[in-house]
Amino acid sequence: MQKFNVEHNFEIESIIRLYAKWIREGKLPVSSDWNKDLKATFTVQDPCQLVRKSFGDPVAEDLRFVVKKVVGEENFIDMQPNRSNNFCCGGGGGYLQSGYTEERRQYGKIKFDQVISTGADYCIAPCHNCHSQIHDLSEHFEGGFPVVHLWTLICLSMGVLGENERAYLGPDLAEVGLE
Amino acid sequence: MEEKEILELRDQKHEFRDKVKELLPDSNLELCLTCGTCASGCPATGLEGMDPRKFVRMLALGLYDEATSSPWVWMCSMCQRCIHACPMKVDIPQMVGLARQTWPREERPKGIVGSCDMALRNDTCSAMGAGEEDFQFVVEDVLEEVRETQPGWEDLQAPVNKQGAEYFLNQNSREPVTEPDEMVPLWKILHMAGCDWTYGTKGWAAENYCMFAQDWEAWEHITRVKAKAVDDLGCKYWLNTE
Repeated sequence: MQKFNVEHNFEIESIIRLYAKWIREGKLPVSSDWNKDLKATFTVQDPCQLVRKSFGDPVAEDLRFVVKKVVGEENFIDMQPNRSNNFCCGGGGGYLQSGYTEERRQYGKIKFDQVISTGADYCIAPCHNCHSQIHDLSEHFEGGFPVVHLWTLICLSMGVLGENERAYLGPDLAEVGLE
Repeated sequence: MEEKEILELRDQKHEFRDKVKELLPDSNLELCLTCGTCASGCPATGLEGMDPRKFVRMLALGLYDEATSSPWVWMCSMCQRCIHACPMKVDIPQMVGLARQTWPREERPKGIVGSCDMALRNDTCSAMGAGEEDFQFVVEDVLEEVRETQPGWEDLQAPVNKQGAEYFLNQNSREPVTEPDEMVPLWKILHMAGCDWTYGTKGWAAENYCMFAQDWEAWEHITRVKAKAVDDLGCKYWLNTE
């Protein structure tokens, strides 16, 4: 909007910051109790667009705050490097639609290795392009880790995740919270 | 001998050089210290025999056509890790964008240009071509199913075109078009938080491939349609799902 001097009367907000705000305000009754015995481990992708290019490290802290509340602090493992210094997954800039599939995967190998190095069972990708790309990387390089949206885990942790809303959960979590 | 040739080339007038000077006045090509910090931290280093440092050095030395025509400019994701690390803040991602723009539209990657063209077809701005009625139908259909089949969620809301809502929520086309059930967890969270939000039938699609295609006219059009949609509903925030 800046680029084209588009006049507007609104501000831009990210749902990640709101998730954190609402949890702090007690509006979202999240809990990591569901993972106390399961001990499923998670890492998280810092989306370039959200962190490095928009809100910086404070939103990366919000993201970690939410993730730790939802999966349990002891079950979170950070990638290295991270936050504003994180590597791009290779899903941005139109890459997924560019037709340069082989190059896109080669580019993403760094991200794949980063995720594998954490040893985490799951990778959380709070961005659509990241989700598509890291999901593809996990399959292509046979990483075997599911890639999940953050909203899935927030609802899981509040016990309100419906049966049809579990497409990206692995078999270990597919039944959690269902009666 | 060779050195002299390159120096002469550098002094030649070139449209690309003028553009960089005009649009990126703070990123003078000669600011590059050639340190290579950009290249060492870039996942696209090595693809097409190119890297960010080489790209900038080629431009600084006058090899404009060689640098801008490399398919590498489409293999950079414009993630900005290079400028984040650059001690001189040379804006390499923007130069990559300008390089993309030098490609004739018909030679740019078909998938990106096609998604841009699709988004221009109607005011939803959906790169997957989902129209206003399609979107509203899917949202209402999914909502109705949740209300009927999930006990405790009879009151779940997914407002469309709600005038004066605080938040205008955008949505990547992937959900309404290919996996509509993925919208439901988000609606539940918004509901539990007591958030005053709405979708808009116009401008709801979050993606913007015209930006990636570096089609500035189309990029501006998409941006204006979306901004107008938010303002027309009088929303205070444009809320991204990521």
